[in-house]
Amino acid sequence: MKYKSVFDIIGPIMIGPSSSHTAGAARIGRVARDLFGREPKWVKIHLYGSFAKTYKGHGTDVAIVGGILDFETYDQRISQSLTIAKEKGIKVQFYEEDAHTDHPNTARIRIGDDDGDLELVGISIGGGKAEIIEMNGFELRLSGNNPAILVMHNDRFGAIASVTQLLAKHEINIGHMEVSRKEVGKEALMVIEVDQTISEAQLKELEQFEHILQVARVVE
Amino acid sequence: MKILFRNVAELVELCESENISISEVMIRQEMQVRDKSREDVYGQMEANLDVMEKAVDDGLKGVKSVSGLTGGDAVLIQEYMKTHTPLSGNIVMDAVSKAVATNEVNAAMGTICATPTAGSAGCVPGTLFSVKNQLNPSREQMVRYLFTSGAFGFVVANNASISGAAGGCQAEVGSAAGMAAAAIVEMAGGTPAQSAEAMAITLKNMLGLVCDPVAGLVEVPCVKRNAMGASNAVVAADMALAGVTSRIPCDEVIDAMYRIGQTMPVALKETAQGGLAATPTGRELEAKVYGINLKKE
Repeated sequence: MKYKSVFDIIGPIMIGPSSSHTAGAARIGRVARDLFGREPKWVKIHLYGSFAKTYKGHGTDVAIVGGILDFETYDQRISQSLTIAKEKGIKVQFYEEDAHTDHPNTARIRIGDDDGDLELVGISIGGGKAEIIEMNGFELRLSGNNPAILVMHNDRFGAIASVTQLLAKHEINIGHMEVSRKEVGKEALMVIEVDQTISEAQLKELEQFEHILQVARVVE
Repeated sequence: MKILFRNVAELVELCESENISISEVMIRQEMQVRDKSREDVYGQMEANLDVMEKAVDDGLKGVKSVSGLTGGDAVLIQEYMKTHTPLSGNIVMDAVSKAVATNEVNAAMGTICATPTAGSAGCVPGTLFSVKNQLNPSREQMVRYLFTSGAFGFVVANNASISGAAGGCQAEVGSAAGMAAAAIVEMAGGTPAQSAEAMAITLKNMLGLVCDPVAGLVEVPCVKRNAMGASNAVVAADMALAGVTSRIPCDEVIDAMYRIGQTMPVALKETAQGGLAATPTGRELEAKVYGINLKKE
């Protein structure tokens, strides 16, 4: 079941005008920001399908950038996000893509600064709910049925064990887990689906571990 | 994590076997799924109710969207009601004006609560703040109205779609109107089975509704579609309370809506390429909004 909470239906509280094109888009932007872990210097946003056709009218552009600026879906500053980004010296570019995607509301976001960059693909599935389907070239096979987190880490001894031990300590059961890396000893990604909800404090605790770069929740 | 119901039939059956309301089932499921207390779940919904109430109030004071395409109609309807007796009745027109108010605020990039989406955010609060004048509910009953709406929306979202881009307007305003109808029935003292009938009757009359927003904006025709969704909900609720039933069961109507959405052309699913968006006036408005000169061929 894609929607688990009644508040996916009655909610979110948000700035108009569109839950899928504004609130969902803001959430995709915010996951990118969470995963990148800091304010980027540049942002490249590729829009597909209905996003590409109607983003100006729905404020999809300001919403994604608002999310990247770490704004909530109900933050009034969303409507000013392009100006705010400019003031902060963040270079923002949009690309309207013609390519056909499986989901009509798809965005590919690339963000970065002098120290690194990140690329993810998110879809807005309706009612303000968003899913991340690809991350730095790693395809994410998330069922969407259970809470899930992404952990970017360095491919080192003990990195995976430290994460699983912490989850065990908090009695959080792992239902599905995938680990992938680009090269031995380089950047790697853990995708973990769990049976219980992971709190904000627990995410912060995970981030403290050596070799863990970033942690983000992709499915609540 | 335990899901108590996956479709309307299971939801109604659970209500009948446990002798509880639909809103109560939704509250219990939410507590289980998210491991939250009743107070937490109730409080979060009450916060949504507060936002809806404020959006209706703001809209009734009069707002204007950035594009200038919408705004001010809620005020017009309220003024009309002060000087005339509406032919469609006070409850229906009040619901219409409050649905319009909510969507006008949404179009003006104001703060709203998506129910189930922003484009269809008017139906549930519009009907709630209208029928309350006759039913005199407690604050708790008003919060429960939202849980009942949410229970039906939950089924539609998981078994069909609540996205205009995926299923057309029938998935948005159609779902919202059906959710509202079901909630009105519970507030008016109807049975869970009657709520399901009201949802079915409403959604049947929204099947095939396309998503064709002018200039891609959630304004034309979205605001007035919420008005009609709200009126549809009130009428269907009355029919269900009268004992009228749908020949096609609610779950099958939801399934039909899903399949219609799948076969609906992309031009009519929130791409601003067909329908009203592609009319000469629709195109003219679009050009005006974006400051583009229309090329005459």
